[in-house]
Amino acid sequence: MSPPPGDRIRSGNRLALRIAVLGGFAVALFAILFFRLWNLQVIDGDSYLAEAQNNRTREYRVLAPRGDILDRDGNVLVDNRTSLALVVDTSKLPEDEAEANAELKELGGLVGISLHKVKRTIREEEEVAAGAPVTLRRDVGYDLVYYLEENQRRFPGVQVQRIFVRDYPDASRAAHLLGTVGEVSEEELEENRYTGLQAGDEVGQGGVEETYDRFLRGEPGTTRVQVNAFGQPTPGGQLVSKPPAPGDNLQLSIDPKVQEAGEGALGSYPSNPSAFVTMDVNSGEILGMGSYPTYDPTVFTKPMTQAQYDEYRADPEWAPLTNRVTESHYPTGSTFKMLTALAALEGGVVTPSTTIVDNGSIEVAGQRFQNAGNQAYGSLSMVRAMQVSSDVYFYELGREMNQTDLLQNWAERLGISHPTGIDLPGEAEGLVPSKEWRDQLFAEGGTERPWAVGDNIQLATGQGDLQTDPLQMAVAYAALANGGRLVTPHVGMELEDAFGRVLKEFDPPAQREVKIDQATRDVIMQGLHDSAQTPEGTSYPVFGGFPIPVAGKTGTAQRTPHDDQAWYVVLAPYPNPRIVTVVTIEEGGFGAETAAPAALMILEAYFHKQATAVGGETVAE
Amino acid sequence: MYQARTRQTRAEPFAVHTGIAERLGLAHMDWQLTIAAIGLVAFSVFTLGQATAEDVPGSPGYFVDRQMIYGVLGVLGMLALSRIDYSRFRELRVGIYTFLCVSISLIFVFGFAAKGSRRAFDLPFFSFQPSELGKLLLILALAGFVIDGARRGSEVQRTLRYLCLGLAPAAFVFLQPDLGTALVYVAATLAVMYFGGVPWTHFAVIGGGIVVLIAVVLVAAPAVGTPILKGYQEERLTSFTNPDAHSDGAGYQQNQSIVAIGSGQTTGRGDRATQTRLDFVPERHTDFIFAVIGERYGFMGAVLVLSLYALLFWRALKIVTLSKNSYGTLVAGGIAVSLLFQVFVNVGMNLGIMPITGIPLPLMSYGGSSVIATFLAVGVLQSINIQARLSQKGRFAW
Repeated sequence: MSPPPGDRIRSGNRLALRIAVLGGFAVALFAILFFRLWNLQVIDGDSYLAEAQNNRTREYRVLAPRGDILDRDGNVLVDNRTSLALVVDTSKLPEDEAEANAELKELGGLVGISLHKVKRTIREEEEVAAGAPVTLRRDVGYDLVYYLEENQRRFPGVQVQRIFVRDYPDASRAAHLLGTVGEVSEEELEENRYTGLQAGDEVGQGGVEETYDRFLRGEPGTTRVQVNAFGQPTPGGQLVSKPPAPGDNLQLSIDPKVQEAGEGALGSYPSNPSAFVTMDVNSGEILGMGSYPTYDPTVFTKPMTQAQYDEYRADPEWAPLTNRVTESHYPTGSTFKMLTALAALEGGVVTPSTTIVDNGSIEVAGQRFQNAGNQAYGSLSMVRAMQVSSDVYFYELGREMNQTDLLQNWAERLGISHPTGIDLPGEAEGLVPSKEWRDQLFAEGGTERPWAVGDNIQLATGQGDLQTDPLQMAVAYAALANGGRLVTPHVGMELEDAFGRVLKEFDPPAQREVKIDQATRDVIMQGLHDSAQTPEGTSYPVFGGFPIPVAGKTGTAQRTPHDDQAWYVVLAPYPNPRIVTVVTIEEGGFGAETAAPAALMILEAYFHKQATAVGGETVAE
Repeated sequence: MYQARTRQTRAEPFAVHTGIAERLGLAHMDWQLTIAAIGLVAFSVFTLGQATAEDVPGSPGYFVDRQMIYGVLGVLGMLALSRIDYSRFRELRVGIYTFLCVSISLIFVFGFAAKGSRRAFDLPFFSFQPSELGKLLLILALAGFVIDGARRGSEVQRTLRYLCLGLAPAAFVFLQPDLGTALVYVAATLAVMYFGGVPWTHFAVIGGGIVVLIAVVLVAAPAVGTPILKGYQEERLTSFTNPDAHSDGAGYQQNQSIVAIGSGQTTGRGDRATQTRLDFVPERHTDFIFAVIGERYGFMGAVLVLSLYALLFWRALKIVTLSKNSYGTLVAGGIAVSLLFQVFVNVGMNLGIMPITGIPLPLMSYGGSSVIATFLAVGVLQSINIQARLSQKGRFAW
């Protein structure tokens, strides 16, 4: 057998050398791996461990449920329901634009939004808060959630988030004073009261939702969740979490019976915008407040188009979003006579026994002012003048007081034309016309004539340029009733935590005390009482048969180009009132015909409840 | 001692041996090599058992059960091959080479595609990847050709012939496309040539050629608009030089693998491992299983695995020196180098110092074709060892 041909290869030093070279090479390779391992694991292990820990966790904000809003009996006016929102984390979308578009298109198709609109939503939210997850749609169904879970790898960056949506069990009940919630705006984020919030967070918009936002909104918690490489939470991977602190519950001073009756009363004039407010004269607690037309705040919890939103703003006369109790102003008609009487008596212009002869009209500087309906009441004292609501009597007072600012001073002292400080946003001011005001306006060319005595005569009966709102009138009448204290009206009564423990009671101090002589008060109160409940009184047809003694005043304000506006202000029970109710009805005509019956419905509801109250602590005095 | 001495005194070369171990060849197997190979696959099964329990829903043992079966089949194949005289393969070199080329080519016709690449036949119980077995087949055939043609033609002609024979199947595999396995073929070819006595100067030229090739493939060809590699391949190959710049794309896997291994520190994180448990490291049961070991068992576990590979390679090299003939030397050398190459490239890839090429870690990575083919290669090494031991005793001598 001949030796195999390759034998020379393996003989001698040549093979040994090659094996040695390869062995050395292998030692070098293993050494490289060994030292690399040593470096990664033993030397730098700590930092890699930290990186791995960081890798696997994501922090999620857990939204806090907003506090409930309750009425004074503890009934829920606003609470929350949980809902699901479709959220896209744009940083986790595929980098490739075509892929990302395909994903968004498919996603949009699932919730019925076009790709164009999805991208616009993302763009808009990115402008406000770059990098924050974008909410594509709220209130998505469970079907969609299951579908997305099953196909989650096809939808990177898409999450379903549990959110809270405001729920209004009574639909539009007290809508204006409750307000709504909405996403915090870019400008609002700059404000101190919204520090700590993020774009996309919801805050109160209007009403007590806005005023008490910092108590209601609570504090979001955080959950650190273990996630896999796709950012999806892994089973059992909840690590550390800070539970969200739910918002505090806000109890309002709103009496459900009064509120219901008031809204019902306004609703009985379906084509007339109107407003009512009922307030405790001593504490300033608002028992009821309503403005008609109203709206259902539920619509603001759903996605709205600009067109839908504009619809609410379209007609400035109808204006369902406006709270007419605090945001509109009108002349008041004869309800202002209480202030004129107060100014005249306290200023010594007349005494209670001074009589003025009412011939049905007076003529001042060539201008004739006459009573409504051309009535002539003859010789009148203060009480009688108020009972029959003689315009001539008060025209005379207005003329007398034109030389001084007595009437203006007293009106403003009782808060007319000044915001009351109620715990609702957007309160209007108003105007008590004065010589100074009109003369300056004239100098500036804003009107065709300077102040004239006729202006003061108009003001004395609540006509002309006077601008005030039902709440200011309520506060002024309350001051008369309680002996001169200008209360700060408020609807917020107390804050409770989730377990019903009272955290805080709201009892804002009075704006100021105004010294009113007891005799003056009694005379005016009697005039108001006679006006409401004695024959010949202007609202006797309405309140004459009401079992509780009250003191009330009608008003019929000329408000060109509109028809006359009806007013009624009533204090009850007489002579030591606990509540004041103001009703005004745009184009309602005579106060006695529309506003007074509405006020009666409210008082009936209030006193019916008082009479039947369980526990006996609140029985009519 | 006593028995050993009596054996040595036995004079007759053709004496009949009745011991069962002797009959099976077990007595002349390289036990350290056996221990290294079985230790590695056992560690693989252990690791897969801990790391992949949640991978296939409802079937926690999916990977571990299969890997165990592959391991057992591999060990049986190794034992069977070790009893065969490897020199037979030299005679069968043309058949082996033809089978190799045909089986790889048939992939293009019958193979099923996984992740954009056709590599395997879908058989009833598992998918068979011929290019894995091809690593061994190429070495067996090429070593035969080298021995056979050792005296034909000039040295340059011989070198060129070996290169062509080796690179042809490598090209087929590359086109599947399977860059990693193609590179193993190239390494095995060069190893057989190395032990086949190809002059150093030729290797210098080949080395220069490889450098030029890399430059053309990665720089020149894309620059003139005719890229040779697919985009993802090129990105993988180059991103390891700067993984942070590619941390979202190709560098992502490597970054996550580095973090996984680093976070294992000295003693490992065990079941608290996150990187390889929560999908941050992809392909954790195959190409990136070393990252799993690094994270779960730390430096200790990783060094244990590297030590087993060092032992495996050292024994393979030892067998190169023991071989009773040149064919055995070349085959053992080719197997040794191809194992070393795969281990270094795969572990280096896990450690972020080598590009991602899709080369499995022999005996550790999950996969029947790879595990069984590697055991068969070890079986050939055992055969070379057994034949050498037996020939030293004067039996079966040429």
